[in-house]
Amino acid sequence: MATQVLMPALSPTMEEGTLAKWLVKEGDTVKSGQILAEIETDKATMEFEAVDEGIIGKLLVAEGTAGVKVNTPIAVLVEEGESADAAVAAPAPAAAEAAPAAAPEAAPKAAPVAAAPVAVVSKASPDWAEGTPVKTMTVREALREAMAEEMRRSDAVFLMGEEVGEYQGAYKISQGLLDEFGPKRVIDTPITEHGFAGIAVGAAWGGLNPIVEFMTFNFAMQAIDHLINSAAKTNYMSGGQLGCPIVFRGPNGAAARVAAQHSQDYAAWYAAIPGMKVVMPYSAADAKGLLKQAIRDPNPVVFLENEILYGKSFEVPDVEDFTIPFGKARIWREGTDVTIVSFGIGMTYALEAADKLAAEGISAEVIDLRTLRPIDYDTVLASVMKTNRCVTVEEGFPVGSIGNHISAVIMQRAFDYLDAPVINLCGKDVPMPYAANLEKLALVTTAEVVEAVKSVCYR
Amino acid sequence: MATKKAPERPNVSKEELLKYYREMLLIRRFEEKAGQLYGMGLIGGFCHLYIGQEAVVVGLEAAAKEGDKRLTSYRDHGHMLACGMDPKGVMAELTGRIGGYSKGKGGSMHMFSREKHFYGGHGIVGAQVPLGAGLAFSDWYKGNDNVTFTYFGDGAANQGQVYETYNMAELWNLPVIFVIENNQYAMGTSMKRATKSVTLYGRGEAYGIPGEQVDGMDVMAAKAAAEKAVAHCRAGKGPYILEMMTYRYRGHSMSDPAKYRTREEVEKIKTEKDCIEHVRDLLTQGGLASDDELKAIDKEIKAIVNEAAEFSKDSPEPPLDELWTDIYA
Repeated sequence: MATQVLMPALSPTMEEGTLAKWLVKEGDTVKSGQILAEIETDKATMEFEAVDEGIIGKLLVAEGTAGVKVNTPIAVLVEEGESADAAVAAPAPAAAEAAPAAAPEAAPKAAPVAAAPVAVVSKASPDWAEGTPVKTMTVREALREAMAEEMRRSDAVFLMGEEVGEYQGAYKISQGLLDEFGPKRVIDTPITEHGFAGIAVGAAWGGLNPIVEFMTFNFAMQAIDHLINSAAKTNYMSGGQLGCPIVFRGPNGAAARVAAQHSQDYAAWYAAIPGMKVVMPYSAADAKGLLKQAIRDPNPVVFLENEILYGKSFEVPDVEDFTIPFGKARIWREGTDVTIVSFGIGMTYALEAADKLAAEGISAEVIDLRTLRPIDYDTVLASVMKTNRCVTVEEGFPVGSIGNHISAVIMQRAFDYLDAPVINLCGKDVPMPYAANLEKLALVTTAEVVEAVKSVCYR
Repeated sequence: MATKKAPERPNVSKEELLKYYREMLLIRRFEEKAGQLYGMGLIGGFCHLYIGQEAVVVGLEAAAKEGDKRLTSYRDHGHMLACGMDPKGVMAELTGRIGGYSKGKGGSMHMFSREKHFYGGHGIVGAQVPLGAGLAFSDWYKGNDNVTFTYFGDGAANQGQVYETYNMAELWNLPVIFVIENNQYAMGTSMKRATKSVTLYGRGEAYGIPGEQVDGMDVMAAKAAAEKAVAHCRAGKGPYILEMMTYRYRGHSMSDPAKYRTREEVEKIKTEKDCIEHVRDLLTQGGLASDDELKAIDKEIKAIVNEAAEFSKDSPEPPLDELWTDIYA
C-alpha cells in the first residue's frame, strides 16, 4: 500500500521550510532510518529520515522549493510493483504521527509556492524620514546585522553564550559571526549561565562591551543574581564609579509546545529593577535599531526577543548606522476610539485585533512600548486622553504585569479622561501547559483583544 | 595550627618588615575603631571585621603591580586599606556619609575604587568569583599581563558558581588568582560541618588548576606564595588557587556572639599565631627595630585611624537628591 511522506516539523515553531535537497531519486529502495532529504528550517538545515521502508514511487516537491508547509506530501513510497498515482490522489492524513505540527488544516497538494515574506507595514514610523530606502528582512537577520555592525565598530564588543560560535547560534541569530570575528570575540561557553553571566559582568567592569546570549531567558534564571545584584545595582552602590555596559539578550516568552519551564515572559520581572534597562522589540527595524542602541548604552540592558518573531519580516531602513533611542514608543496605527498598548509578540494580537475592529467600525490606536525601562508614559497618556479607553496586551503573567503598572499610571495621571476601566490582557495565571489546546487557552489571543476593546467601548 | 615558631631571621629587609607591620597594624586599628563606632551607633547594618586575617591581604598585595585588580566579599575593609584606598573615605562610607567611597550609598559591604582597581565589596556570597574571572577576562582580551586577585572565604568555596568559574577560567586561561581565605568558619558553620574535602585548594585539580595551601598568618609566606601565583598568571598559564589558612578573631559580623567556638580556641591563635605579633617579634628580637621605633609607628597609625574616624563623623550625610543619582551611568 502506498504511503505519503509528509513535510516534517523540525522545530517547535516551524510552520514551513525549504526542501533543500533530495538524497534519493524515484525508483530507489529505501530503508527506515535512511536519509531522504535535507530540509532547511528557519534555524538550521536538517536531515530527514525515512520512517517506513519502500520504493520511492514519486517525488512530489522539487529540490530547492521554499515555503513548503508542514504536513504537505513531498513524496510517495510504494511497494514492489505498485503505482504511485493512487497515493498521490489520496488526501493527506490529518496529522502524521511523526509530525505533530502546528498546521492543523489539510495540507495543500504538492503546489510549492516560493515563500514571499509578508512585510508588516506601519503607516507612520517615527524612526526614519519619509523616502528613506527600506529593505525587507526578518527579525533574525536584523539582530545579526546589529551585532555584526557593532562588532565592526568597536573591538571591545564581543558575544558570548551557549552555541553562539561553531553551532552558529541555537536560533541562528549569530550565524556567520564566528567566521567574521573569530573565536576570541564569539565565545562558546559551557552550559553554566550563572558563571558566564558573572564573568561577562566582570568583563564589562574591565572596560569591554559584552553581549551575553542566553539560549532562552528561561535559563537566565540560573544567572539572575548577576543580572540584578551585580550588573544593575553596582553603579548606584559605587556612587557612580562602576557602570556596567552589557547586553543580556535572547528569546523570551512562549515559543510553541515546550511547556512551563520553557515558556515564560520575564518582561515585568526585569522592568521592575532600577539600574536595568529593558527592551522588548516587535519589528525587525526595532530589533536592529534598539539592539545597536543597547550595545552602546553604558548600562546593563536586558533585550527580550521572541522565537516566533525571529522569522517574521518587516521593513528596515537601508541606511548606515540605524539606531533607535530608548524610551520612545511607536504608534503603529492611529485611532480615535480606544488605545491598545502592547510590546513584543503582544503586538501581533494588538494589530490583528485592530484590523478586525476597524471592520466593525471601531478605530483603535495601537502603541508599541518597545522599551519597558525607560517607558514612554507620555505617548500612552496622550493617546488615552484622546481615546478615553485603554486595553493593554502582553504575554506575561497577570499579577504584577506591565499592564498593571500602565493602568496605575493612567489612573493617577489621566483619571478624569477615562470612560471605562482599563483592561489588562495577559497570559493566564497558570504555568504553561503542554497540550496544544490548553496552551492556546493559556496565551493571550486576538479574539480576547477584540472582546476587551468592545467591552471598554461598551459595544 | 602549628605551635608558635621561634622567630627566625628571615631574608627580608627591615624596611620590608616595617612596611608589613605598618599595613597590618593600620587594618587592625581601623577595624577596632570601626567596631567601636558600630557600638556607638555611627555605623549601621552589617559590619564584618577583618581582625586576625591581616597577613593574607598585606602579603598578597606585596606581590601586586600597578594595573592588577582585586575584589572580595563583604569582609572588605582590609583589602581596601591594603591596596591604598584612603582610610577616611572607607570609614566615611561605613558611617554612610557623602565623603565615603560610594557617597554613603554602598556601606560596609559595597565599596569600590576605579583608581586603585578595587572592584568591591560584594554582598552575595560567591558572586565575586565569576566577577573576578571576568575582570581577568578583560585583561586577557586586551592582551596585557595584569592579574586579578579574587578573594573569597571557605563558605563561598562551596558555592556552585565557584566551580563554573574554575572550569571557564582554566578553559580560557584567564589570569586570575583565586584566593580562598580559609578562616575555618562560614559564619557559624565550621569547615568540618560543611564539607568532607580535606583541603579547598585541592578542588582545583578537577579543573586542572594548580594551587597550594599557605600559612595565612605569616605575611612573608603569603607574599612568597603570591609571587609564585602571580608569575604563573603573568606567564599566561591560567589561573592559580591559594588557600590561605587564617582565622578571624571577631564574630562573623558585629551581631555574632561566636558561640560556635571556644574562647580557648580563639585565645590560642591570638597568643601563638598573631600575624602582627609575629612581625613585631622578628623586628625586635632580630634587633632590626627598637621598641621606640615601633611605638612611633603605633602612634602614627593611631593618628591616621583617629583622623579617619573624625572625618567619618564630620562628613555630612548625603544630600537628599543623592537618592536619585547614579542609578544609571
